[in-house]
Amino acid sequence: MGRGTVYFKSAPRIIATYAVGGPKESEGPLGKLLHQRLADDKFGEKTFEKAERKMLSYAIDHAVLSAGMGFDGIDAVLSGDLLNQIVSASFAAREFDVPFIGLYSACSTMSESLSLGACLIDGGYMDTVVCATGSHFASAERQYRFPLELGCTRPPCAQWTVTGAGATVLSKKGDGPKITMATFGRVIDFGITDVNNMGAAMAPAAADTLYRHFRETDSGPEDYDYIVTGDLGAYGSNLMDGLMKDKGYVISDRHMDCGKMVYHPAETEFQGGSGAGCSAITLNTYFYRELLKRPIKMIFMATGALLSTTTSQQGESIPAISHLIVIDSRRGQAKCR
Amino acid sequence: MKQKPNQKYLEFVSATTPKTKEKRTLLHAFFVGGAICCLGQFLRYMLQYLCGLTGDKLAGSVSVVLIFLGSLLTGLGVYDRIGKFSGGGSIVPITGFANSVVSPAMEFKSEGYVYGVAAKMFVIAGPIIVYGVFSSVIVGLLYYIAYLF
Repeated sequence: MGRGTVYFKSAPRIIATYAVGGPKESEGPLGKLLHQRLADDKFGEKTFEKAERKMLSYAIDHAVLSAGMGFDGIDAVLSGDLLNQIVSASFAAREFDVPFIGLYSACSTMSESLSLGACLIDGGYMDTVVCATGSHFASAERQYRFPLELGCTRPPCAQWTVTGAGATVLSKKGDGPKITMATFGRVIDFGITDVNNMGAAMAPAAADTLYRHFRETDSGPEDYDYIVTGDLGAYGSNLMDGLMKDKGYVISDRHMDCGKMVYHPAETEFQGGSGAGCSAITLNTYFYRELLKRPIKMIFMATGALLSTTTSQQGESIPAISHLIVIDSRRGQAKCR
Repeated sequence: MKQKPNQKYLEFVSATTPKTKEKRTLLHAFFVGGAICCLGQFLRYMLQYLCGLTGDKLAGSVSVVLIFLGSLLTGLGVYDRIGKFSGGGSIVPITGFANSVVSPAMEFKSEGYVYGVAAKMFVIAGPIIVYGVFSSVIVGLLYYIAYLF
């Protein structure tokens, strides 16, 4: 359709979802919608890393169960996470006798996995796949920031990594909201070096993908009920709205951000949630329900910052990416719109 | 095509990023840091007049007690809450140093006692030790040179 935009003729369907959330997330606005709420952020395991992979495998397992199928009906699991070597996803996949496709685009992994899953199904290569991702506050802090008991402060532009995992079952058959298009992101780096200001680092990437999507599909904000970003946070969302406005598109009235939705506005969380789990749990609870409740067409674009602790210590700026999918639950929609 | 930093965007972000409420945080840091120092002074008087310690022994003992308190509060999960409130006020005193050693030791226990606890223990405090010792060498040298004249 254009450079990076793919149209899915057979419109793969979301037939089931499952989301697991940690204690803080369970107390948040989405708490009641979570399929599994954890009271213990270690999920009964000895380490946070083990807990993260348990959440992910739990989500994948239960998503498949709620689709009314067994793993013999699943052709592949597409998954990734924030830890080095995506160990949570790989180790979680150990539990399943299914081909595993490991992915990484930081917090954009949910939309990356759904885009690629849809490509595999629409291309006729697979019938049913599971797309999943997750994150854990403690394991992310360990890898990217400081020990948990260290008495340091966070600046007001900082975000809080979500402890949670979400899984979506996509299939050629069955009934459910359809993924009709995907626009793959480009790596965009406007030069932000402050690792505490992820919203500012990722907003340009989100604006780039959305702008390309509108141009390549000859559409605009008015064609979508919601434009949902992953974890730009309050400040990052304003930046993105500003960047889109400069390009001639007003999205502020329908732009929602998972990072803003996952926690109650409070000083300690500052800009809201982040992490691969943020968009995963929000999509698989709140937006899935919205799609089932009424016929809507929405954009889901998780946003990821592609840095590592090494690159930031070496003074590099933060490149970011945002992959976009269009989910449509309306009946009898016309082609390409 | 290599991407260059977008100056206009960076300037805009710099101007609009939510900033720390410095007046408030400075006050918090001042009072908590001051309180810790007062506690140190109080301990010094107690050790001097009740236990009769003097000179180096006295100074050393005050430090030991403060380090112990910093470590204990870190282990109990309280020090990070103090830190969230007071920022530099609890990082700078010697109790903060204890916190910076104990917290990674606790955190990395899952990687074992050698590669975890022992190796990672100084991941935050390391630079303090290195540059502290280095500065004292420089100061010592300067002192020596000045003493010659």
